[in-house]
Amino acid sequence: MVTLTEERRPVATGPGRRRREVARGQSWLAAAMLSPTLVVLALVVFYPLVAALRESFYTSGETLDADGFVVEGERFSGLANYAGVVSERFLNAAFNTTLFTVVTVLLEVVLGVAMALVMNRAFRGRAVLRASILIPWAVPTAVSGLMWKWIFQADGVANTLLGTEILWTAEGVYAKLAVIVADTWKTAPFVGLLVLAGLQIIPREVYEAARVDGASPRQTFWRITLPLVKPALLVAVLFRLMDALRIFDLPYVLIGPRKHSVETLSGLIWDEATRVHYGPASAYGTALFVYIALIAFVFVKLLGADLLSDVRAREKETADAA
Amino acid sequence: MHGKQIAAVLALGASLVACGSTPTAEKAAESGGGDRGPITFASGKFEAEATQKIVDAWNAAHPDQKVTSVLLPESADEQRRKLIQNAQTKSDSFDVILIDAVWTSEFAANRWADELTGQRFDVTGFLPPSIETGKYRGKLYAMPLFTGTGLLYYRKDLVEQPPRTWDEMKKICAEVLPKQKGMSCYGGQFDKYEGLTVNFAEVINSAGGRFLDDSGRPQLTSDAAKQGARFLADGFKSGLIPKEAITYKEEEGRVAFQEGKLLFYRNWAYMYENASKTDGSSKVNGKFDVAPIPGLTGPGAGTLGGNNLAVSSFSKHKETAKDFIAFVTSAEQEKAFALINSTPLARASLYEDPELIKKYPYLPALKDAILAAKPRPAAVKYGDVTAAIQESAYAIVSGTKPADQALTELQSALGPLLK
Repeated sequence: MVTLTEERRPVATGPGRRRREVARGQSWLAAAMLSPTLVVLALVVFYPLVAALRESFYTSGETLDADGFVVEGERFSGLANYAGVVSERFLNAAFNTTLFTVVTVLLEVVLGVAMALVMNRAFRGRAVLRASILIPWAVPTAVSGLMWKWIFQADGVANTLLGTEILWTAEGVYAKLAVIVADTWKTAPFVGLLVLAGLQIIPREVYEAARVDGASPRQTFWRITLPLVKPALLVAVLFRLMDALRIFDLPYVLIGPRKHSVETLSGLIWDEATRVHYGPASAYGTALFVYIALIAFVFVKLLGADLLSDVRAREKETADAA
Repeated sequence: MHGKQIAAVLALGASLVACGSTPTAEKAAESGGGDRGPITFASGKFEAEATQKIVDAWNAAHPDQKVTSVLLPESADEQRRKLIQNAQTKSDSFDVILIDAVWTSEFAANRWADELTGQRFDVTGFLPPSIETGKYRGKLYAMPLFTGTGLLYYRKDLVEQPPRTWDEMKKICAEVLPKQKGMSCYGGQFDKYEGLTVNFAEVINSAGGRFLDDSGRPQLTSDAAKQGARFLADGFKSGLIPKEAITYKEEEGRVAFQEGKLLFYRNWAYMYENASKTDGSSKVNGKFDVAPIPGLTGPGAGTLGGNNLAVSSFSKHKETAKDFIAFVTSAEQEKAFALINSTPLARASLYEDPELIKKYPYLPALKDAILAAKPRPAAVKYGDVTAAIQESAYAIVSGTKPADQALTELQSALGPLLK
């Protein structure tokens, strides 16, 4: 057990000097052997980022020469492309993105936890239920977008069931609602799946002890289940946050491009890029990247740090015990 | 340097081989040689069957200059994106491209398509409005293949004489609709997409307004333009146009018409085939007919649609590409095309061909409509132009802005884009 831990984390646990030297040698070797991978990663991960950043400072194809041909070549335009970041359209898109993120993630956490609790119960037909809850998550977003479009069209199932004549797929608050419903339907199972994984590692004895102490089901949930499932839940929320912030395909398929009430930042970037405005598209892309990075950072700082230190503490305990 | 030499040797070899086989290839050798060889033809999915037949006919006659057809995505926006991406990376993966009639300016101005010159491209015999869509600054960049414009589909079992004006249409609806439950008067394509630009330009032109004047300046604040825009705004307000029409693209409206929910519907010619189906998918087969769309004081002016063929500027075998375009747009091949596919083609003679009229009875009505049709604004930045039009037009049809105000805003938005 000791050797195993040491091999995994040589620097942190190796007490002796000789061992530390060996460890250092090993880490150099590891770095050398990993370097090709790092180079590839740098190319694949950072090059597009840097290229987009560069593009965001340039304009191209804006002027015509005397014969009516577009003058080729790019022109440095400073921060001109970023001026759009304070435009009404960008702010509207940023508002929609944030609204969708907050509302859908909240709904998904509630529904996902409920689903996980149901799936975790031992009963006949549990496997079938688990599989069926996961179906929405397995359907590609574009397909589920189309499906919901049929449900929400003027003479669709939604209006028939509700006895209304709401035009869900036009503009307005109903379009927002349609997107929220479809997105929650699709991704709540994802949260459910991750929470279920968290639930399954909670030892049964904890619940038995709670029962012996006379805890009510409500107390058991708030004092035992939720705290113990928190690490898994936080990971799920972080993933969902980042996913929701870049939501594109669902509003695009369900409601359509360039509809103000559901236009998200990704949708705006797509629209600018397809109209060959690569400069503004890159500028907005960079802004979205910064926004997502910021949210992720804050999230990890506020809640995740707790999660990481928890893991560290547990590893330390294991090491000490061994 | 080395690579270029190899390429030159290969090209020379190819042209020598070509010389030996066909007489057309000899001309190629005279005009510089290596411009001939196998090419790819990026075409639409919609016409796949007819396209393949034409390609097969060409390949049988030109075994050394084989044409491979590549199918582009169905939606026009997707096609445009794919072609632009291809052009921006200067890829030679497409030689002959099928472009929408309104993209000609953009493709020509960006040097993504070559000018078409020479006797091969004889434009006599084509419908004049469709030839205009292939030109940029007076020069031909694309040969028209398909063409078409809006037609008024109406229920001949309920309407004796198709209306020529909007007032006549309202009168007919007032008479017929009270007896027809669940039926609305008029529909078109009013969702926020390219179809809205088409429908909006159509009502402006049909009211006797001019979307653009002769020098290409927008004319949207004229009285006629205002009356056209008000036809849509009032139509939605009064229920003449059903409110769900704001979610209609071509297909949603077609389904509504086929289910008997609309008395009049504006759509392209392609719908004739679907609505005539006897397999139960259409409740109106045999009960409808087509007429030119109505206007304010007389027949309206439809918006010209269509697809043209152009040579990609990054093609390696441009001579073959040009020959192939001339071949596809020849009278013989266009007729073969028309016999398979109901998409209307650009040659005038097809509209008088008895064999075709028997198959597509709407051809004479369509010809009149095309000759009266007006193009959408030709612009190098068409993407921006159509986005601006859709913005204002959607505000009008959804009632969020008064028609006059939306037109004034559009006039000033289009000014800088249509220089």
